[in-house]
Amino acid sequence: MNTEPENASPHDDSRRTFLKQSTLLTAMALVPGPVVSAAEAKLDERVAEAIEQVPLSLKVNGKKLKLSVEPRTTLLDLLREQLHLNGTKKGCDYGQCGACTVHVDGQRVNSCLSFAVMHDGKEITTIEGLADGDKLHPMQEAFVKHDGFQCGYCTPGQIMSAVACVREGHAGSEGEIREYMSGNICRCGAYSNIVAAIQDVKKGGQKV
Amino acid sequence: MNQFQYSRPTKQQAAIDAVAKDPNAAFIAGGTNLVDLMKRGVTSPQKLVDINRLPLGKIESQNNGLRIGALALNSAVAEDRQVREKQPLLALALNAGASPQLRNMATVGGNMLQRTRCAYFYDTTMPCNKRQPGTGCGALEGVNRMHAIFGFSDKCIAVHPSDMSVALVALDAVVQVSGPKGNRSIPFADFHRLPGDTPEKDTNLAPGELITAVDVPDGPFTKHVHYQKVRERASYAFALLSVAAALDIDGSNIIKAARLAMGGVAHKPWRLTTAEQMLVGKPATEETFRQAADVAMQGAKSFKHNAYKLKLGPNAIVQALKTAAAA
Repeated sequence: MNTEPENASPHDDSRRTFLKQSTLLTAMALVPGPVVSAAEAKLDERVAEAIEQVPLSLKVNGKKLKLSVEPRTTLLDLLREQLHLNGTKKGCDYGQCGACTVHVDGQRVNSCLSFAVMHDGKEITTIEGLADGDKLHPMQEAFVKHDGFQCGYCTPGQIMSAVACVREGHAGSEGEIREYMSGNICRCGAYSNIVAAIQDVKKGGQKV
Repeated sequence: MNQFQYSRPTKQQAAIDAVAKDPNAAFIAGGTNLVDLMKRGVTSPQKLVDINRLPLGKIESQNNGLRIGALALNSAVAEDRQVREKQPLLALALNAGASPQLRNMATVGGNMLQRTRCAYFYDTTMPCNKRQPGTGCGALEGVNRMHAIFGFSDKCIAVHPSDMSVALVALDAVVQVSGPKGNRSIPFADFHRLPGDTPEKDTNLAPGELITAVDVPDGPFTKHVHYQKVRERASYAFALLSVAAALDIDGSNIIKAARLAMGGVAHKPWRLTTAEQMLVGKPATEETFRQAADVAMQGAKSFKHNAYKLKLGPNAIVQALKTAAAA
């Protein structure tokens, strides 16, 4: 990377570019390489400097939020540490255990393996968003009924995955449920109870 | 994790320019492997170019084949009606990979660019020529039970981890890329590299080149297909070894065309063309499949801990072909 700050673009007269570059040039004396190269790159898109926070719009559990986050914040850390939604658990933090499973635009994902800024404009549902006030979601009720949790640590991820499993149409048989729940690890081994809970919800035919 | 600069361009050329001009820049799509590598300090890009706003997610029929956009999600491709009808082998391979959550994030372009899961590559305290050229290979004399039996060098014996890529190489897919010097097509078989003296290079992509789509030509492999994946638990684990098999069988049980590829055996998805040629014109029987498996395994060499692959390989090939024929 070049370390010499050069004039970013003396001939570009758009107001947006001017504002962006003048901000960057002012900051250059104070900041490290990445920001300097950001100015040099003359990107026609919004650029986030390493020292800056990136604006981020999310709808989390039905609530619209305007946030500002550092690019390396994962969706999981944003939920837990900035939004204080501690239901979503940090297990392995490397996409291997499923404890951090949430829904993004209705699809289940591992929140530990994506940067929050990558979900700008998306709708996030966490375990806190599943119940209707004090009325538990059918899957939560089924987990209670079938004792689908032991230590409980994997439970939020298991339930988010279980709901998705039914919605996706992959809860047709015990084998299919086991296959489609394989991204969620339970160290206590509550698997058979979890499968029973999911089968119960599937058979009940309720809207999940 | 080190700090990085982040941008999310909406124009393809802007994304390409941003990465081409900076050797410390990287594209990010699903992030399922890159974020992992960044957390572990295996890689530390100073600039991430988020390509999720580029319109590259479509799956469409065109020019006697399917064009699958680079940003199509693994789950979307596996569930796509056209893919399931025309290329069921691809759907099987995709569903054998990772977990449902990861398949909802992982993209087709990213899947083929994922890095090896060799433990020495991930452990930054160990030597690894792929992570840090010139430091040596920890796996060569180390725990090498997951490692290559074909095409390795004394610099690297790691294997490519993608299941999807094993199906794509069997199906004669073509990778469409766009870069600073324009667009080009790369046959899938030439996309990944053998390690040689430069194991740090996984693919033949040039700096700044962006995968835009994968083309899979229509073919006769719509019925007799199977993806046999052997792993240490029933689901959600990388392959010890895998086999993609596709057959076209006529009314008198004679094989008219065959495709065969293996995963978990080499630095790239390993196409078995000699065995394919041997299968054509022969009856689809276990004896034929056994002969093809013997041909396929010629030249395989094992290390201290992966000698089991020499026996597992032919058995998995026979099983894959038998299951495909019976489908």
